[in-house]
Amino acid sequence: MPRIGVVTFPGSLDDHDALRAVQLSGAEAVPLWHGSDSIDGVDAIILPGGFSYGDYLRCGAIARFSPVMSTVIDAAGKGMPVLGICNGFQLLCEAHLLEGAMIRNAGQQFVCRDERLRVETIDTTWTCAFTKGDEITIVLKNGEGNYQASAETLRKLEDNDQVVFRYLDNPNGSANDIAGITNERGNVVGLMPHPEHNVESLTGPSTDGARFFASVLQFLSVRA
Amino acid sequence: MADTVEHAIQTPELEQPYGALGVKDDEYARIREILGRRPTSAELAMYSVMWSEHCSYKSSKVHLKKFGALSQETPRGPLLAGIGENAGVVDIGQGYAVTFKAESHNHPSYVEPYQGAATGVGGIVRDILAMGARPIGVMDSLRFGPLDEPDTKRVLPGVVHGVGGYGNCLGLPNIGGEVQFDRTYLGNPLVNALCVGVLRHEDLHLAHASGVGNQVILFGAATGGDGIGGASILASETFDETGPAKRPSVQVGDPFMEKLLIECTLELFQAGIINGIQDFGAAGISCATSELASAGDGGMFVNLDLVPLRDPNLAPEEILMSESQERMMAVVEPANIERFMEICRKWDVLATTVGEVIEGDRLIIQWHGETIVDVDPKTVAHEGPVYERPYHRPAWLDGVNADRAEALPRDNSPEGLRAALFAVLGHPNVADKTWVTQQYDRYVRGNTVLAQPEDSGMLRIDEETGLGIALSLDANSRFSYLNPYLGAQLSLAEAYRNVAVTGAEPVAITDCLNFGSPEDPEVMWQFAEAILGLVDGCRELGVPVTGGNVSLYNQTASTPILPTPTIGVLGVIDDVATRIRAGFTAPGEVVLLLGETREELSGSIWEAALNDGHLGGMPPAVVLDAEKALAKVMRKAAKRGLVSSAHDVSEGGLAVTLAESAFRGNLGFRVSLPGDDATVALFSESAARAVVSLPEASVDEFLALCAKRGVPVTRLGEVTAEPVLDFGVLSLGLDEARDAWLAPIPAALG
Repeated sequence: MPRIGVVTFPGSLDDHDALRAVQLSGAEAVPLWHGSDSIDGVDAIILPGGFSYGDYLRCGAIARFSPVMSTVIDAAGKGMPVLGICNGFQLLCEAHLLEGAMIRNAGQQFVCRDERLRVETIDTTWTCAFTKGDEITIVLKNGEGNYQASAETLRKLEDNDQVVFRYLDNPNGSANDIAGITNERGNVVGLMPHPEHNVESLTGPSTDGARFFASVLQFLSVRA
Repeated sequence: MADTVEHAIQTPELEQPYGALGVKDDEYARIREILGRRPTSAELAMYSVMWSEHCSYKSSKVHLKKFGALSQETPRGPLLAGIGENAGVVDIGQGYAVTFKAESHNHPSYVEPYQGAATGVGGIVRDILAMGARPIGVMDSLRFGPLDEPDTKRVLPGVVHGVGGYGNCLGLPNIGGEVQFDRTYLGNPLVNALCVGVLRHEDLHLAHASGVGNQVILFGAATGGDGIGGASILASETFDETGPAKRPSVQVGDPFMEKLLIECTLELFQAGIINGIQDFGAAGISCATSELASAGDGGMFVNLDLVPLRDPNLAPEEILMSESQERMMAVVEPANIERFMEICRKWDVLATTVGEVIEGDRLIIQWHGETIVDVDPKTVAHEGPVYERPYHRPAWLDGVNADRAEALPRDNSPEGLRAALFAVLGHPNVADKTWVTQQYDRYVRGNTVLAQPEDSGMLRIDEETGLGIALSLDANSRFSYLNPYLGAQLSLAEAYRNVAVTGAEPVAITDCLNFGSPEDPEVMWQFAEAILGLVDGCRELGVPVTGGNVSLYNQTASTPILPTPTIGVLGVIDDVATRIRAGFTAPGEVVLLLGETREELSGSIWEAALNDGHLGGMPPAVVLDAEKALAKVMRKAAKRGLVSSAHDVSEGGLAVTLAESAFRGNLGFRVSLPGDDATVALFSESAARAVVSLPEASVDEFLALCAKRGVPVTRLGEVTAEPVLDFGVLSLGLDEARDAWLAPIPAALG
C-alpha cells in the first residue's frame, strides 16, 4: 500500500483533514513532524493548510526552515510527489520549490467559499486522473491567497503548461486567475484551494478533491 | 517597595484607592473584616477584580440560583458536570461527552473591535479546553447599531475580522450564530462567542489543586501589561508614579500561541499528568490561583518573581491582574514535572513552576521574598458580595404593550404586499449575512455537516457511527423588550426549533444573558423575568441549563440595550447522514407548513421594516408543547428519511422562510397562502412552525406522523423549477427577491 505523509508544523490546522483524505483514498496516511528530518520512507508528501508559526513574518517563511523541509526539498528534487495546500503552497514558494508568491487577497478579507476551478493540465503527479478542462468545485479559505509573480515567470508558467488550476471567478486578485501551479517536472503541485475538504459528500460541497489523491495513487502505481 | 502584609498591619490607616477599583465602601469594609486588617494593594487588586460583577455575579446570583432547581437530566441521561464548572458536560452516548458554553465580550469589542472579539473567542475556547475536551467548533452571536451608522462600519468589520482572525487561526470551524442590528447596540455592541468541545467520559477533568507538595505550573504565554484595567490605578496611584501611564485595558490575542496551547494541553491530559487545571480568563493569576486553591483540599504558595514577564517593569498588582491571553495553570505531582516540561517543549510552550500546594487553607503569594498576599482563597473566589437588587416592572411597559403592531395599517393589495416583501427581505436582521460568514472557516477539521446559513450548525463526532451534534444560538431581543419572560422563552424555543428541524434531538442549553445596568430596577426586572421564563421553559421542554454567562451594564448613558438573552441549544443526532437541510431540493416536491399561524405581528420584522422601527404590543404566544411535538415529528421524519428540506419559521415569518428555502435551492415555488389576511400569513411570527418539502410519495406517512403528535399541517403548494416565488396573491422573480436579500449588508459595508 502506498504511504503518503502529511507534515504537521506548529500552527498546521488541516493536517488532520489531509490524513483523513489520504486514508479515504486507500493509501496509508503517515503523520510527519516538522522537527524531525525523517520522512519515514513515504512515497508522497502533503504540506497541509493552516497558519504555520502563526503566519508571522510571512506565510510559510519560518516553517520553510524546519528540519523536515530539507528532506522534503531533497525528495522533491528526486521526483517525489509533493502537494502543498494553502499554507503548504505558500511554504513551497518560500522554499523555492515553486515560483511566485501570495499576497493579501484583493478584498483585504479572509474568504471562505466553494470555488469553481478549471483543471488546466493533467501532466502532474496530482492531476493525472483528471481530464484537461474539467471544471471542479473545491473549498477555498484564506486571507493571503492572491498569487503573484513577475511577468517573466508568469509567461514561463503559461508557456510550459505549469498552471494547474485556474479560478472561474477569481476571488482574490490572483494573476492570470491562477489557483495552483506545478514545477517544471510536474511532481510538485501547490494550490490555494483545499482538496482535502472535498472528499466526502456529507462534509464538503463536492467530492472533486478525491481525484487529487486518486491521481497520485495512479502515478505511484504506474511508477511501481 | 511592595505593600507587604507586614506593612499593611503596620499602616492600618493608609488610604487605599478602592473606589477607583470599583470596590464599594461596604465591600471594602467586608474585605478588612475578612482579613482582620487592611488588605495589601495586591490583595485589594485580587478582591476588586474577583468581586467585580463580571467575575462574582453579585447582582445576578440570587436569580441564577433558580437554574439549579431544574432537573439535571437530559433526554439522554444525567449531566456529567453542571453549573459551577468551567462549562457543563453532556453525555451524548457511545462513550462521548460534549461540553459547550457561551461568553460575552461586549465592552472590549466596542473599545477595540478586533482584539475584543478575538480574545472573546480565545477565552471561551480555553474554558472548554480546561474541561479536558478538544475544542471542535465555535459560533458567535453578534449585535450592532443600525447598519447605516458610521460607527457600525467601524465596529462590525473589526469584530467579524477578530472572530475570524482568531477562530480561523485556531483551526476551529465557525458553524453558525447570528448577526442582528438595533439602535440600542450602537454604543454597546454584543459579542457572544460559543465554543463546543468533545471528550471521552473517562477524560473529564475538573479544576482542583489537591495534594500537598504538588507543583503549580504556569504555562503558555508570558504575562504582559495588557488587559489590566483597574490594576494600573493601584500601580500608578500607590506606587509607580513615574511608570508608564494607564495601560490598555483590552487584551491582545495571539491565536498561534493558543493553537499550540490547545495541542499541548490535550497531550498533557492524554499523558495523565494533570491533577488540576484552570484557564486564565478575566482576572488572570488572581482568578486562577484563588479558584484552583479553593477547589482543592490544601493551600497554595506562589512566588510571583517566577512568573515570566513580557514587561519587566510590571508591578506585582499588575502581574496578579493582567489578563494576558493564552495562559493556563496546572497542578502537577513532582514525579511528573519532567514529563510535563518535555511535552511543553515539544509544542514550544513556555512552562514555569511558580508555586506549590501547601498545608492549610491559605493562598500565600510572595514578591521579592516578602509576603504580599495571605488570604483564604474561598473568600476571594466564592464569598464575594451578593446583592438583592431592587426591581420592579417598568411603568412604561403598559403603554408599549398597548401599542400593538396588529393595529397598524396593513396594505394587502398585491403592490402593498410586494413592497412589504422587499422591505422585509432587505431588513438588516433578515438580509443575507454571507459578508460576515464567508470570513469564517467552516470546513476545518472536516466534520462540519451543517453550517450557516443552515438553521443549526452540525458536527460529526464519530466518523464510524455517524454520531453527531447540532447547535443553535439565538436571541430575540425585540420580543424580550415587549415581555422579557416570553421573549426569553421565545429565544429558547427558536434555538430549540432550529436544532430540531435538522433532525437532531435537543438535549441541553447554555445561556449568555446580556442586559443593562443592574442598578436600574427596571433592567433588573427584565433580567429576573427572563430567568423565570427560561427556568419555566427549560422545565417544560425537559432540557437542563448546563451553565452560562451574564453580562450586565450594557447600556449607553441611561439607555439600556434591548434585553438580549442569547440561548445556545445542543442537540444530538444518531447519524449525521440523516440530517435535513434548509434549501428546497427538487421541483415538484410538496411544500407543507407545520404549526399554527396566528395574527402575531408585534415584535416582528414586518412591524419594524414597514413602520420605521415600531416596537409595541405583546410577543407571539409561547406554546412549548407544540415545540416539543414539532421536534418529535422532525426527528422521526429525519430517521425515516421522509423530508427533503426543513426550515424554521421565525424572523420575517413564512415569507422569509419560503424565500430562503428557494434561494438556497435555487428553485422557485408556487403556494397559496393560508387564512384570509395575506399580511398575517406572510409575516406573522407565530412560534412552533416550520416549512418542509418532501416528495409526494412521502406525504401520507409524514401527515400520519404529524397527526399522531397533534402538529397542524397546511399544504401550501409545490417547489418549481421556474425561478419564481409565487405566493398566489403576488409573484416575485427569484433573482429580484434574492438581490433584495443579498444587497443590504455588502452595500453598507463595501
